[in-house]
Amino acid sequence: MTSVPDTKGPGRQTPALVAFLKKMAFSLGSILVTMLGLLFVTFVIGRVMPLDPVLAVIGEQASKATYDATYHAMGLDKPILVQFLYYLNDVIHGNFGVSTLTSHPVIDDIRRVFPATLELATLGTIIGIVVGVPLGVLAAVKRGSWIDQLARVVALVGYSMPIFWLGLVGLLVFYGILGWVGGPGRVSVFYDGMVPNVTGMILIDASLAGDWDVFWDAMSHIILPASILGYYSLAYISRMTRSFMLEQLSAEYITTARVKGMSERAVIWRHAFGNIGVQLITVIALSYANLLEGSVLTEIIFSWPGIGQYITNALLSADMNAVMGGTIVVGLVFVLLNVFSDLLYRFLDPRAS
Amino acid sequence: MSVTGETPQMSWRDWLLTDTPASRRHARAASFYKGWLRFRTNSLAMVGLGILVLLLLIAAFAPWLAPHDPIAQDLGKRLLPLGTPGHLLGTDSLGRDILSRLIFGARVTLYIVVLVALVAPIVGLLMGTIAGYAGGWTDTVLMRITDIFLAFPRLVLALAFVAALGAGIENAVLAISLTAWPPYARIARAETLTIRNSDYISAVRLQGARPMRIITRHIWPLCISSLIVRVTLDMAGIILAAAGLGFLGLGAQPPMPEWGAMISDGRRFILDHWWVATMPGLAIFVVSLGFNLLGDGLRDVLDPKAEK
Repeated sequence: MTSVPDTKGPGRQTPALVAFLKKMAFSLGSILVTMLGLLFVTFVIGRVMPLDPVLAVIGEQASKATYDATYHAMGLDKPILVQFLYYLNDVIHGNFGVSTLTSHPVIDDIRRVFPATLELATLGTIIGIVVGVPLGVLAAVKRGSWIDQLARVVALVGYSMPIFWLGLVGLLVFYGILGWVGGPGRVSVFYDGMVPNVTGMILIDASLAGDWDVFWDAMSHIILPASILGYYSLAYISRMTRSFMLEQLSAEYITTARVKGMSERAVIWRHAFGNIGVQLITVIALSYANLLEGSVLTEIIFSWPGIGQYITNALLSADMNAVMGGTIVVGLVFVLLNVFSDLLYRFLDPRAS
Repeated sequence: MSVTGETPQMSWRDWLLTDTPASRRHARAASFYKGWLRFRTNSLAMVGLGILVLLLLIAAFAPWLAPHDPIAQDLGKRLLPLGTPGHLLGTDSLGRDILSRLIFGARVTLYIVVLVALVAPIVGLLMGTIAGYAGGWTDTVLMRITDIFLAFPRLVLALAFVAALGAGIENAVLAISLTAWPPYARIARAETLTIRNSDYISAVRLQGARPMRIITRHIWPLCISSLIVRVTLDMAGIILAAAGLGFLGLGAQPPMPEWGAMISDGRRFILDHWWVATMPGLAIFVVSLGFNLLGDGLRDVLDPKAEK
């Protein structure tokens, strides 16, 4: 990702601590620059590109007085750089304006819908790991066998499938025809609001309240969208796991371990798999970030009240504050996960420095 | 083979497989042919190529292939099932023939794909080669910008972009290109860095060539093959992104037969009239699968370093 900083001082070697701090500072700096860039781009999209940003916020029916007041309140009479600083100030204080669709502050709306997305993406990632990692390892160990071919096809289909379409077909088959899972939404109507809202994630809230009826009902609703997202992420995770494992298995220390008479299981799981841990974590963090994004389309199919549905609804009713607020939050989480995986890789893997 | 005795005339095949090419054009043709031979042994990649050739033909001859007008409505014949005589894949909620819409939709898909494939790699190539060749501050700044865009969630950025500019096929293309170029910049920069210090570049420089000439005439040609592979592999993602935007109503506008928008149309009837949404989804799946297969095959041919 970002280029590794030059930690070696001229001539003499810097002490490890200084090198570590330097690395830390560099990473922090690059996070800040990336965040700033992200905010600048959203600023350009939200405030500069629309022909009339005021109309984009208040809509076309507003009176002239409202228009002027908003024009002034948005600081559009100031130079663009000053406008950007105002914008930064707003974002840092979590002030994304008021959504015209829900008439709540955007930040409150996001606080309400984000846990739903988080719950869906987390369960999806767990499914992706639980299936994808063993599949990738098996494919690498039994290279060229039917299981390798199967893993290849599974991944290829996963890469080529429109995720929203897969959701629709899944809904048709498992809900419409077979009736195995709950339909769209997070819980059935009669369970709605039955458990106190603590974390906003229904599975956790229901467990906390000890209400297992709600828990299982919510489970029957989440399992299909989560599996579909999980499939998407397992395509990626299994491919990466396979290529990491192949790289390790062809290394000489594996041959040595085998020659020493170590059991094949220990060679594969303890030696080879132990060595891909760090790479694997970064891949998982990346796929988690992708799922947060991929859930946008899935949420619409499953009427899942998460941030994807929120952004899309806002989009369709030209509620620009809500669209930009949602974009910034998803963007920040995405950047943080990216940076986190990058850092983890650099700090945990001695080979990277 | 056509070598039949009296004249020592070479067949096309021998001419192409020679080890001693007579001209630059000859050498290029020969290496192309050898690549093709290698590519041909990969049956999955050939399937991918077949799918895409078929897509091209369907798009080119759409008016002759389609049994009906793709936007002609006939409310008396709405939601006809699969296999209805005259409407092989049934009709949608406005009585339009689904097969005809799929056939014309191939044009829309190709249009989007070609535009993105033209815009994104060229922007990436420019950014990457300039960054790699200039080095220093230019490099740092350009690569930082690239990193920022790379760190963006693509679909969400495209959504916001289309929200600001307004829905439509051109804006969808712009939005997708805007989020698709950074990987190309990375690749082009990496290639440039390895080429920049080679002897032949020094030779060209000593002859007095300007940086622009070196970049466009001597560095770009060497970046092309890795870019082509990457573009082909990315095509599937681009098609899926375009379909996603279409599904949300932000890409091609009705009544244009865009596959993603067709799925969105059929979504309301999915439980009773499943084919309306399923058929366009299959089309998207087949085409992006084709690109994935072709991309894998091309990578094996053009990039000898890649894992087999």
